[in-house]
Amino acid sequence: MSDLIITGGTVLTTDGPIRTDLRITDDRVSEIGQGLEASNVIDANEAWVGPGLVDMHSHLRDPGQDWKEDIATGTGAAAVGGYTAVLAMPNTIPVVDNAQIALYVSERGRRVGSADVYPSGCLTMGGDGERMAHIDEMWDAGVRVFTDDGTSVESAAVLRLAMEYIANLGGLVAQHAVDGAMSAHGYMHEGSVSSRLGMHGIPSEAEEIVISRDLALVRLTGVSYHVQHLSSMVGVGLIRQAKADGLPVTAEVTPHHLVFDHTDVASTDADFKMMPPLRSAEDRDALVLGLQDGTIDIVATDHAPHAPREKEVPFEHAPNGVIGLEWAASVTNSVIGDDQVRFFAALSSSPARIAQITDHGHAITIGSTANLVVFDPTERWTPTDSVSRSRNAPYFGRELIGRVRATVRAGQLTHGSTA
Amino acid sequence: MNAEDLGRVATRIAHEIAERNHGLKNVVLLGIPTRGVPFADRIAVALTDIADQPLTAGSIDIGMYRDDIDTRPRTRLGPTNIPEDLDGKTVVLADDVLFTGRTIRAALDALADLGRPSAVQLAVVIDRGHRELPIRADFVGKNIPTSTSERVSVRFLGVDDEEGVWIGEGASP
Amino acid sequence: MNHLLTTEGLSREVLEGLLTDAQEFAEVLERPIPKVPALRGRTVATMFFEPSTRTKMSFDKAAKALSADTVAFSASTSSLSKGESLKDTALTVHAMGIDLMIVRHGATGAPWRLAEWLDIPIVNAGDGAHQHPTQALLDCLTITQRFGSLEGLKIAIVGDIRHSRVARSDMFAMSTLGADVTLVGPPTLLPVHMDGWPARTSTDLDAAIEDADVVYLLRVQTERGGGSVFPSLPEYTKRYGMTNDRFSRLKAKAVVLHPGPMNRGVEISHDVADDERALVLQQVSNGVAARMAVLFALLGGDSDV
Ligand SMILES: [Zn+2]
Repeated sequence: MSDLIITGGTVLTTDGPIRTDLRITDDRVSEIGQGLEASNVIDANEAWVGPGLVDMHSHLRDPGQDWKEDIATGTGAAAVGGYTAVLAMPNTIPVVDNAQIALYVSERGRRVGSADVYPSGCLTMGGDGERMAHIDEMWDAGVRVFTDDGTSVESAAVLRLAMEYIANLGGLVAQHAVDGAMSAHGYMHEGSVSSRLGMHGIPSEAEEIVISRDLALVRLTGVSYHVQHLSSMVGVGLIRQAKADGLPVTAEVTPHHLVFDHTDVASTDADFKMMPPLRSAEDRDALVLGLQDGTIDIVATDHAPHAPREKEVPFEHAPNGVIGLEWAASVTNSVIGDDQVRFFAALSSSPARIAQITDHGHAITIGSTANLVVFDPTERWTPTDSVSRSRNAPYFGRELIGRVRATVRAGQLTHGSTA
Repeated sequence: MNAEDLGRVATRIAHEIAERNHGLKNVVLLGIPTRGVPFADRIAVALTDIADQPLTAGSIDIGMYRDDIDTRPRTRLGPTNIPEDLDGKTVVLADDVLFTGRTIRAALDALADLGRPSAVQLAVVIDRGHRELPIRADFVGKNIPTSTSERVSVRFLGVDDEEGVWIGEGASP
Repeated sequence: MNHLLTTEGLSREVLEGLLTDAQEFAEVLERPIPKVPALRGRTVATMFFEPSTRTKMSFDKAAKALSADTVAFSASTSSLSKGESLKDTALTVHAMGIDLMIVRHGATGAPWRLAEWLDIPIVNAGDGAHQHPTQALLDCLTITQRFGSLEGLKIAIVGDIRHSRVARSDMFAMSTLGADVTLVGPPTLLPVHMDGWPARTSTDLDAAIEDADVVYLLRVQTERGGGSVFPSLPEYTKRYGMTNDRFSRLKAKAVVLHPGPMNRGVEISHDVADDERALVLQQVSNGVAARMAVLFALLGGDSDV
């Protein structure tokens, strides 16, 4: 098989970004240097070359809801978005609360995936918030991240026990930090827009309450704890303080929470409905600042596909979630500015480290697995469609800055083409 | 025509109405908004002089009765004020310009919903021709042959800031 | 005006125009033959995804008094339960040759979505706790008939403001027409955030009614009553009900409005409900006239020609 070379890019190496060419032989990076030649060439043309992106929060809907998405279509969207690895959320049908389903997800990913698929597992059986899931056997099946995403574990007592168990294994507890009772009837941020629309709101305190409680349990159990889709200014403040206190805490923000706010919901377009909801401009600015100063470790998509007919209903009746794998890199780029190191930290190395995905997220060295992305940070473009099976994106018709040119997973192009 | 001419038209038509109807006992005068209303008011003032008894004109709006709502810009509804029971009365409709006749047809429809007059007569300031319906005026201020593309506009103080009749693109009287 | 979805942002000129027309139609409704041919040949669909016999009857009567044909869609007789999306339902009904849709929906924004998906005028007949603009028009018409205009009037809207589309619609329309609006209710039923609302709030009804010209009582959702958003119905009545005692303390010319149906003995006493200064029935008859004005404005000729 012939070699593939990437020319003219700014390559993120262990010594930082360097303008150089690189050669890929089979599934490995085989040479880094100037003036390389081969028959298969990707002309990076001054774009960034770095480790393939890693999404720590993808709902691939497989098994069980293939009308929304499946592992093939979901990883297809991931590849277009520059991802070489995704962490699949466990709230499938059935849920991932045992080794068998976890193994189905990773096996299916190996067979049809355009990106490597890593299953996460539930904290509780069926995500019921009461009985501990088969954490041990899932651990043996390779699961490292445990979450009841879609709901928060309501009982502090149940969560404490799961945390103790997972701390001992060395895994990560990830929390969908939205208090169930405080959000029970709500479907958008509680604020001036919800009041005017007469919509039931979800106050920021719903997030604050869960994170505050969980931080107490982290002190108690010492578990590594990750807050999913952080949405509020007060939440950012809690994470900042927890890190200052030396707690083993990390946090993610979604691309949509970085660029939209609750005024976008005034259209009542269900493509702006997700959980946690889009909050105020003040909250959005705090999230951007938190990402810039490192309080928030990563951008994770919360890619949540729903079929058009499910979203073509009044806002409050629509399911939560928007898709984002194809645009997260562009959104992150426009928010953090021209900074290749930070860009790949937020989208690749940090999520790989936090989720313990060891084959991805490394600076490029000779001999490493060729999981790579070519990203042009300057191209301005406007998305109009998606390769996902669903179309519930808030980005259509909005200009983004930066675009994925090519994605290489284990030496194979999964997106883009050679010259 | 200038303001003075308009005044003379109202007075002459008042005399004709009184003569035709042998007095004013049974006459109800209704202006069609917008400019049929001030015209009816002028006639009413003149009739009050002639008959030496107070007579007030009412109004009948045709906005709810037009048959051309698809093709014409909508205007606000004008007032409909019927001063007395119309049954058995002679109603004199007053309007500014008689053109296709469709306004008058609509007014007749409106009238039918409001009562059962024994007779309906029509007074207009200008008859410019081009009828599309079998309708004619009983009392005409002035016949002015026009082309269909010309504009005829009758203006009254109170509604407009000047008074008189203009033809074409706003030429002076 | 292409649709009537909300009173928020409607200009004073538009509101006054609709009220003027509504008054003309109110007079049509007094005639021996209360019907005009204005919308002959037009077909109006009432799409009620939430039951409301009264509002539907009022729109129906308004359409018929304008000689429009009406077709009715109701969620109970529909395929909605079979998983059809709102968009599919709307497109299906539209394909039957509908010139205008009147939409009542339990969810905020449903009429907005229809306005985006279809190219015909949409009238919001109530969406969630959001807006009910024809209610605001009929209320303003009723007040105008009594006081000549709303300019300078002090109006207290009392009750469950937080969950009331009537309060939201009326507040915007009334303040645009020059009234001074105070929203009164227990703290759990006042909105949480009110940035930019053209109204004041108060939890003290007795203070608010002292100089009020109009007291607008909202219907208490009695099913909300027991110990969730306020302690109990008797406690609500004692602090926020229009009792005989409070009624006797109103200004002599002050009037009481209510969107119906009334909970006698809860938000309004039996005696007040039957008093001639309670304009409830006048509101109902004005509802038909106000809705005629809206249908006529949206279908009575192309206002953009
Ligand atoms: Zn979640």
